Amino acid sequence: MGDIGHVGQTGRVADGLRAYRLIVAMWIKSTMAYRASFVMTTVGNFAATALDFVAILLMFSRVDALGGYTLPEIAFLYGLSGVAFGLADLAIGSMDRLGRRVRDGTLDTLLVRPVPVLAQVAADRFGLRRLGRVAQGALVLGYALATLDIDWTPQKVLLMPVMLLSGAAIFCAVFVAGAAFQFVAQDASEVQNAFTYGGTTLLQYPPTVFGKELVRGVTFVLPLAFVNWLPASYILGRPYPLDLPQWVAFTPPLVAVACCALAGLAWRAGLKTYRSTGS
Amino acid sequence: MTVTEDADGFIELDRVEKVFDVRKKTGFLKRERRQVRAVDSISFRVARGEMVGYIGPNGAGKSTTIKMLTGILTPSGGRLRVAGIDPSRERTRLAHRIGVVFGQRTTLWWDLPLIDSYRLMHRMYRIPDARYRANLDRCVELLQLADLLDVPVRQLSLGQRMRGDIAAALLHDPEVLYLDEPTIGLDVISKARVREFLRDLNAERGTTVLLTTHDLQDIEQLCSRVMVIDHGRLMYDGPLAGLHEAGESERTLVVDLDRELPPIDAPAPARVVRVEGPRQWLAFPAAQSAAPLVARIAAEYPLVDLSVREPDIEAVIARMYEERAIT
Repeated sequence: MGDIGHVGQTGRVADGLRAYRLIVAMWIKSTMAYRASFVMTTVGNFAATALDFVAILLMFSRVDALGGYTLPEIAFLYGLSGVAFGLADLAIGSMDRLGRRVRDGTLDTLLVRPVPVLAQVAADRFGLRRLGRVAQGALVLGYALATLDIDWTPQKVLLMPVMLLSGAAIFCAVFVAGAAFQFVAQDASEVQNAFTYGGTTLLQYPPTVFGKELVRGVTFVLPLAFVNWLPASYILGRPYPLDLPQWVAFTPPLVAVACCALAGLAWRAGLKTYRSTGS
Repeated sequence: MTVTEDADGFIELDRVEKVFDVRKKTGFLKRERRQVRAVDSISFRVARGEMVGYIGPNGAGKSTTIKMLTGILTPSGGRLRVAGIDPSRERTRLAHRIGVVFGQRTTLWWDLPLIDSYRLMHRMYRIPDARYRANLDRCVELLQLADLLDVPVRQLSLGQRMRGDIAAALLHDPEVLYLDEPTIGLDVISKARVREFLRDLNAERGTTVLLTTHDLQDIEQLCSRVMVIDHGRLMYDGPLAGLHEAGESERTLVVDLDRELPPIDAPAPARVVRVEGPRQWLAFPAAQSAAPLVARIAAEYPLVDLSVREPDIEAVIARMYEERAIT
């Protein structure tokens, strides 16, 4: 992009975060202009995701275990996936609108501002209502933690927040990469949704119910397994999918950093394409 | 067109090109690739403090040029500088020095009071407090925004919103202002207000202004210089009067007589083109003054009322083409 030089890379990141905060504050203020609507959509968001878990509860009224996992264990996976995805969705969930901005030309108005475009697009239409999804995930996670009989060690306790933040970062990377793809294919928001919303749904179930090939794919290609499957297996004392070594449970931060770096490169390539083709 | 050495060249384009790859579906999976030259080797210079109209039919390459000047698009070839900066390489640095108003796309925050959008500009552009306050006060006064600051943008009329957008683009003291169709859809009073403001801005602050428009009156009232672009090429660059000559365009004198009369016997090249009851239409070269013609008609005919109609840009450009096709 070549916009570097006078500020340097760290300066750009700081600039981006600052711009992100400024724009997010504007969207929150905008939302509060319609307070009743905000309350209703937040509750709606919560309820819609809650129904999702009800489906799992219904399933367990018929069976005692799913892929060898009990209800509290599944709730654990569900809660972790829900919170990690919810945080990413809250932070930059509207990035799938990028294709629309490209099509209607409003992306250009962001390109004439003295702040990184990624920050502006990430903050676009920031919706506090998405807290509803985070709250629902946290509730299910709380239920799991209360009912599960986990043999807590300092490592396991530490792994909890690390796992949630890394998971959120991995999902953020997927959002950014998906948006970058929309520079090339402007109507690809559905493809992106398949990986984001589809990904979080996948992670709500234990890896044992899926085929080996799929598990391999979400471990080595699109590393969603690092969001919850691998670290959760460690905490639950469960065998790892694909017989991976024990230490991989602690790699989510590294995987997250790698994903974010790759997504950043994809974003740059996408923006570069846009600026040379204009569509 | 050659570029002469000019120390004041504030905006400089030297054989700038923009080629797009257009892929067209020709079958279910077959695609045909075709190259389109949206901007084809354009060179011009704009000095600091100039006010230039950039006109041409839709799809002529106007907005592609503006997008390259603002750093949105990267040129495929040629050299381009704005205030000494290469826009595509240093987009964010350039952003502090330019202001952009997209006529039909507001950058104001729809659900928030107007003032909130300005506060965001203040912080996003890191405008020093004193300067922000001074610029805001000035814009509020000259664009008559005082009563609108606390009104949510969605409740503003088109003209009010345009004034609001122009103010938003000027709070950081840009040295150059790009306006894309700034008067489109505005009523007469709003148009006049916007034009007056731009004239003052240019005169008092020396802000360089480049505007695209379909309204010839914008150009007439604001710009000392006009550039015409079509099919990606610069067709004309000079004063507006010269454009009329180049296009041999004609103005129309509409005359109301007190009764129905045979066509007025006007001195060539003026001629009657239409008669409808007591009203007659006369065409005469746009570069010529209407005064002698009016004087003669007033002396020889029972004149009740008259008005002069300017040619529109499309007609002028169309005529320019006809000329080229013939010669």
